[in-house]
Amino acid sequence: MAIAPRLTRAAQPPRRYTGPVIPLFAIGPSPLEVDRIAAALADAAAAAAGEDGAVVTFLGLVRNHNMGRRVRYLEYEAYEPLALKAFERIAREAGERWPDARLALHHRVGRLHVGEASVAIVVRSPHRAHAYAACRYAIERVKQIAPVWKREFFDGGDVWIEGATANPDDARARAEAERVACA
Amino acid sequence: MRVTVRLFARLRDIAGASELSRDTAPGATIGEIWRDLAREFPELAGYERSISTAVNADYARMDRVVSEGDEVAFLPPVSGG
Repeated sequence: MAIAPRLTRAAQPPRRYTGPVIPLFAIGPSPLEVDRIAAALADAAAAAAGEDGAVVTFLGLVRNHNMGRRVRYLEYEAYEPLALKAFERIAREAGERWPDARLALHHRVGRLHVGEASVAIVVRSPHRAHAYAACRYAIERVKQIAPVWKREFFDGGDVWIEGATANPDDARARAEAERVACA
Repeated sequence: MRVTVRLFARLRDIAGASELSRDTAPGATIGEIWRDLAREFPELAGYERSISTAVNADYARMDRVVSEGDEVAFLPPVSGG
């Protein structure tokens, strides 16, 4: 009678994802991989992972129209070291307002075509309300204080888009982001 | 005293360079460096009220005194996301 070989259990459970660990906050030209960002966030909070009841993901996409113009593509640029600090600051702020929520935030730079994702935000929390709110807060704050710019190339020309004057210490802007997040 | 000036988006287009090296007097503020630049590139002047500024990749106010070798960044209104 043949005896089946025993399968030895690995000392460590197998990792679900291989390859280099990706950071929670990043900015660069690579396409956004939301599954890997979510996995990085889950790993970073492994001890608390069982307590989470919600993951909310936001992807900002390049839209084919803006202010009556037909958009062909966008070119993003950033002051990258300051952008990373801004993302970390946004996560800290969200953590102050929703202490059980944790987030990851990646932004792309370079030429992005219609339908491509320019920004990805993933939030985990025990409660969906906190995850949704922190996610909305984070994208509002990106638009307020992240040193990132988009140049829009449309049918007939191009234009730099200029939104908010970035001032991370502006309490009114922060309060407005919280208000929108909780609306 | 030498500092590196970084310009982004439309400010970079106006100046025709993303990075400039500039001599300043010791004790110069970010605001003084900006006003020198705006004299050199008059189209920049319209941005005085809407720019943000940073030193060595941290947000800083216009009255901040810069030091030898600092990287001073001028940022037009942002439009990420």
